[in-house]
Amino acid sequence: MGAGAVGTSVAELASTYGHTVTGIGDSSSAAVDPGGIDVEAVLERKRTDNTVGQLAPADLLDGAYDALIEATPTTLGDAEPGYSHVTSALERDRHVVLANKGPVAERYDDVRRVERESEGTMLFDATVGGAIPVVSTIDAFDSDSVSAVRGVLNGTANFILSRMATDSLDYEHVLAEAQDLGVAEADPTFDVDGTDAALKCVIIANVLYGGGYTIEDATVEGIQNVPASALSLAAEDGRTIRLIGDVADERILVGPRLVPESGTLAVSGTQNIVQIETQHAGRLNVSGRGAGGHETATAVLRDIGLLE
Amino acid sequence: MSDRDPVRAHTVRLELDDEPGELLNALGPIADNGGNLLSIFHERGNRTPRGQIPVAVDVEATAERFERIVTALRETGVNVVQAGTEQYGDELTVVLVGQLLQSNLSETLSRIESESDCSIKNVTLSVGESAADPSSARLRLAVHTGASDAALEAVRGVAYDQELQVISPLAGGETA
Repeated sequence: MGAGAVGTSVAELASTYGHTVTGIGDSSSAAVDPGGIDVEAVLERKRTDNTVGQLAPADLLDGAYDALIEATPTTLGDAEPGYSHVTSALERDRHVVLANKGPVAERYDDVRRVERESEGTMLFDATVGGAIPVVSTIDAFDSDSVSAVRGVLNGTANFILSRMATDSLDYEHVLAEAQDLGVAEADPTFDVDGTDAALKCVIIANVLYGGGYTIEDATVEGIQNVPASALSLAAEDGRTIRLIGDVADERILVGPRLVPESGTLAVSGTQNIVQIETQHAGRLNVSGRGAGGHETATAVLRDIGLLE
Repeated sequence: MSDRDPVRAHTVRLELDDEPGELLNALGPIADNGGNLLSIFHERGNRTPRGQIPVAVDVEATAERFERIVTALRETGVNVVQAGTEQYGDELTVVLVGQLLQSNLSETLSRIESESDCSIKNVTLSVGESAADPSSARLRLAVHTGASDAALEAVRGVAYDQELQVISPLAGGETA
């Protein structure tokens, strides 16, 4: 469900991983075939007519499938319609793989409750860090043995800050450039005000501490007001500024932070990095491409592979 | 120097008469006894109830040398109101962003010193191109060993009141 960059990439790559796409839906239409749809034809129609098929989205949810891929846009608050898609699949004892952050950031306890009653399993590694296995890595640790998880979780904000630092440009200038390059969306609010990074931190906190967190529990500051002068003052001191999400001691902080200029956290461009502070094994760093259709689809398909 | 007596930063709070040569008179015993002067905060605009000027001096010295410095200061007749109880072992760098010029920067700084119980070692200001642009200031603070988090909390409190944004290092993260 969802025919944006991630949804269509999953459909495109599914056969490479040996999976059959039995349906695609967007907010107003759906194409369904229990034997497998013609992915190319459907995506072509999405490009030309902005519709994926003749059927209604509800037909997709009622159709034949083993795992529902939820890749509709992230929404705050009640996390709809993603939340209902997830629960409808779990109630039918189907598996769910999420790329949409909403249900696991804003209603984690609710979806986990529905999952417990279900034969189906919910996986959501694609919701944090794109292709980087963040959720599954944290989940692999005993929560007592992880003291902190922090990192750069928004590629757009990181691109803006690193470009401002290297070329002493101001925020507005670099934002416009990022939009031209397609690195920032037309409405970059959630990327630059810290909301997107905060949602990812909330998901990390839910996995680490067993639920109970929503974005209301995060202290969030954005990068919109960081002037070029702050970056140059930081640079004189061997540091730079990055938008860092920090989950530790059962609290979530997101905001621009001073980090060593040549340190691990100072990734450049749209890269993401996650640092996991462990009790017995020191610090683990995982970095890579944190966004993009194929990158996120790769994480979705990895999750699907785990369900077999 | 032995490991058992490492060089640390200490603050001495003095109260000096507003007379020529008083400050120099107070600094002599510090140099004479092997103290490395880090900063002098001479609050000329302030007066104590006794009409003296409060001065905070940060000195780097071993504990033994510091004790000698304080003794020598007292012998010279300098009014030492506090010494040695504050040991600044950690350093914290923060960047403040906002309308620093419109807000009262010196008030902000002195509130940060008193409320976060730190000593400001260095301030670097970078002003925006036009008056409306936000400015940035980098502050290097000497804080008590292990008290960085508490100091940062206090800095945030002051900054919040002055409508400034604080860009701080990461607690527990890499520092340099």
